[in-house]
Amino acid sequence: MNTKYIEKDKLLRLELLEEIDHHEVEKIRRKADDEIARFLPRKVIFDFNNVSFMDSAGIGMVLGRYKMINMLGGTLEMENVSTPLRKIFEMSGITKICPIRN
Amino acid sequence: MKSIYENEMKLEFISKSNNEAFARISVAAFASQLDPTIEELSDIKTAVSEAVTNAIVHGYEEKEGIVKLVCKLIGNLVIIEISDTGKGIENIEIAKTPLYTSKPNLERSGMGFTIMENFMDEMKVESIVGIGTKVTMKKMIKKDEIEENAISEVLNQNSNIN
Repeated sequence: MNTKYIEKDKLLRLELLEEIDHHEVEKIRRKADDEIARFLPRKVIFDFNNVSFMDSAGIGMVLGRYKMINMLGGTLEMENVSTPLRKIFEMSGITKICPIRN
Repeated sequence: MKSIYENEMKLEFISKSNNEAFARISVAAFASQLDPTIEELSDIKTAVSEAVTNAIVHGYEEKEGIVKLVCKLIGNLVIIEISDTGKGIENIEIAKTPLYTSKPNLERSGMGFTIMENFMDEMKVESIVGIGTKVTMKKMIKKDEIEENAISEVLNQNSNIN
């Protein structure tokens, strides 16, 4: 996962890579939580541009990060969500609290 | 004994989470013989990933066990069976409820069975507590195309009669 923090916007971009499943999610979770705790951003964007596969483990991972960000008074958005990923996110209803942009 | 299916494969692997990718990629490669669309293949991979993850996380509760996977092809139909000899499911109806998870502390979404049901044409869960669980899923490849062909065939026949 690549991370980028833009200080003036208090924006943390987390660029996810390749495959997101139960096996991969633990590493993503740990790194995302470290970055969020380090920067205390106002907004977190998960970028799915380079994700080739995701199952329901991705929903749990995003929801967990949302709870953390929400507690800190920030928001979470998702970007570059491909059609198969969108189908999974929309089925769970998570897009109501973590909106998908573009 | 000769199989009634046109093709069939079996896999057995240890319940390690890095085998989730191995399982879905293997099934996708095998099912590719039916020339599925990218979307159909993606649906199959996701459903397999959910079932195998369930066997590892819930069936064996991350202890070591064997996950069995059988994939059969007949006509345009893919049949996938994923089974474990783990703890079993007490109440299948509750387990299938969207957003229900027996392990909320693990950040599981509770969407596994819902995704399997929606992404495949058929899904059946059989489970006995203390014995294990078997999930059987079926998906028709190029269903839309087959239906269109069937309709146009009927229309052609009718126009011949007229």
